[in-house]
Amino acid sequence: MNWEEIFIALPKLLDGALLTLELVFISCIIGFVIAIPVALMRASQNWWVSNIPLIYTFFFRGTPLLVQLFLFYYGAAQFDAVRDSIFWPVLREAYWCALIVFALNTGAYTAEIFRGAIQAVPHGEVEAGIAIGMQKHTLYRRVVLPRAIRMALPAYGNEIILMLKSSALAYTITLFDLTGVTRTIIARNYLAIEMYFTAGIIYLLMTFIFIQIWMRMEKHLLKFQN
Amino acid sequence: MIDLQGFGPQIALGAWMTVQVAFGGLIVGLVFGLMGAAAKLSPYAVLRGVGQSYTTVVRGIPEILVVLIVYFGGEDIVNRIAESVGYDDYIEINVFVAGVCALGLSFGAYATEVFRGAIQSVPVGQIEAAVACGMQSHQIYWRITLPQAMRLAIPGLGNLFQVLLKDTSLVSLIALPELMRTSQSAIQNTKEPFTFYFIAALIYLGITTVVLVGQIYAERWANRGVKRASA
Amino acid sequence: MKKIAFALAAVLGLSVSMAEAADKIRIGTEGAYPPFNGINKEGKAFGFDIDIANALCAQMKVECEIVAPLDWDSILIGLKKKKYDAVVASMSITEERKKAVDFTEPYYSNNLTLVAKKGSSVDPKNLAGKAVGAQRATIAANYVTDELKDVDAKLYDTQENAYLDLASGRIDLLVSDKLPAYDWLRSEQGQGFEFIGDAIDVNDKIGIAVRKKDDELREKFNAAIKAIVANGTYAKINEKYFPFSIY
Repeated sequence: MNWEEIFIALPKLLDGALLTLELVFISCIIGFVIAIPVALMRASQNWWVSNIPLIYTFFFRGTPLLVQLFLFYYGAAQFDAVRDSIFWPVLREAYWCALIVFALNTGAYTAEIFRGAIQAVPHGEVEAGIAIGMQKHTLYRRVVLPRAIRMALPAYGNEIILMLKSSALAYTITLFDLTGVTRTIIARNYLAIEMYFTAGIIYLLMTFIFIQIWMRMEKHLLKFQN
Repeated sequence: MIDLQGFGPQIALGAWMTVQVAFGGLIVGLVFGLMGAAAKLSPYAVLRGVGQSYTTVVRGIPEILVVLIVYFGGEDIVNRIAESVGYDDYIEINVFVAGVCALGLSFGAYATEVFRGAIQSVPVGQIEAAVACGMQSHQIYWRITLPQAMRLAIPGLGNLFQVLLKDTSLVSLIALPELMRTSQSAIQNTKEPFTFYFIAALIYLGITTVVLVGQIYAERWANRGVKRASA
Repeated sequence: MKKIAFALAAVLGLSVSMAEAADKIRIGTEGAYPPFNGINKEGKAFGFDIDIANALCAQMKVECEIVAPLDWDSILIGLKKKKYDAVVASMSITEERKKAVDFTEPYYSNNLTLVAKKGSSVDPKNLAGKAVGAQRATIAANYVTDELKDVDAKLYDTQENAYLDLASGRIDLLVSDKLPAYDWLRSEQGQGFEFIGDAIDVNDKIGIAVRKKDDELREKFNAAIKAIVANGTYAKINEKYFPFSIY
């Protein structure tokens, strides 16, 4: 075990870890924002409203993230129409491509998690809301959604961890995230085991710290839940 | 229609390789999952520790890292084990085996939790009855606990298998010619990334759907004879 | 428990390959670097490197097996792990690589070159802020990270993906080996691009990589290389791909 090389590589690896955290954090926030309306639509009784977003969630949950990344990054750039459009300055950058694909991906999974939770909200609470004359949107805002999100917390926490690990694929579209930096360093010093070992430890640390934060948040939000 | 420019057969072979890797990983993963659950539920603290470390570590690092570490480090470990039991010849781990083992290792870590939950959900009364009948520990495990735990484990395992199917795309990054890699070969010659990645996506969706249907049938079969509370 | 051990042993047994017969050489190549090595519709490797490898094996009177596709980043690691015995994949002989493996005498020469869109304003002397791409783990990538400061460096797993991004305009400039780039510029995707600036002469020689201390194999290859150059086989293969000599 070449500890010296690990020590030398550490600053660069930590830089990569920072990019990983950045990508995961931003894409999870965007994903959350996408997931709520999609979940509400998917939980609807109306066949059309519930099944149009199904195309979105089915595609993003049914295909590997790697395919989605390549399709979006290399595939979209194939067309002149895309390259000449106003979106090109954004799509040109690997960073934005990764963010968009990650956000859409986590949004789809989160939407299905929230949908399950929304449909699991005890009907008694909804009835009580209707009985005191709440409007539909108030009902959702004050009864359904808060309850659903609290129920979804464990599964949603899992999803964020999965996103953290999936972010490792960002290197395949030229981003220097933790895995990308690791592979680049190995390309020069050939110490595959040492470098992957170190990268693994850093991922474990990130996961561990996140789980601690999430458990505290769960405890706080579920304080008054019996 | 979409012109595959002669790469159809290769893409089909790639899809078949994907399926093979997925099922290989499933078998290895089920083995690891059962062993892990047994370890975690064992009365020996050491075994519990090993089981806990396994699930924590493997669930905490990206699957792509597991694949890369198994591919590069796996051979060393296997050969050292082989040496210690006296097997002198060099054992080679090809990319397929490395991929299957890596994916199985990953699947197993999550499956451990699924099995553990399922085994713990088997009504205690059944175990008590088996003990009262004079059954041995291993008889109870194989004849009473496992069959009933399977029923409870199938939904969770089905979901994990879906994830496994998609993770097979990661072995393209160690150059196993599964669907993603063969698509890239095709793109190299035709320069049409969108066409081939889109077709790959459709094939994955197709495989996913078939597995989903299979999962529904498996759940129905496992639940035969079980009365359910009305939906 | 016994059943599980048996099953595991069976799985491992499926992958056991007995020590290779002494006169069969497994040659690893990437399969993503046309015209030197690529994968065709039938899934077989083709290209200059493959032709040379076959010619050398014929010269050495041994049976050869081509192992492809392989991941470029880890191709030398696979060599060290004895997954194959030699690497014929347009690999440059560098001091860095010599720490890990041994090389034969060169079988062709190469320069690095810069490729950009025709008529673009990229000035090779002043690249600050430009997006410059190269394939990871190549001397081109080393050039980008060591020599070109202040650029937005992008590294790709395969040369192919680098070409895709150059064609779509994601990178302003590609640093690449001259010969494959020459071949790419002749292709349909490469129309509208050109070499810019002077070729970077890094005195680059391309050799066959073998494991350290595998001197017997190395000498065999060296003798074979000399022989095919002398008897004209090399020239025939060279002609098939390039109108000029690349030795």
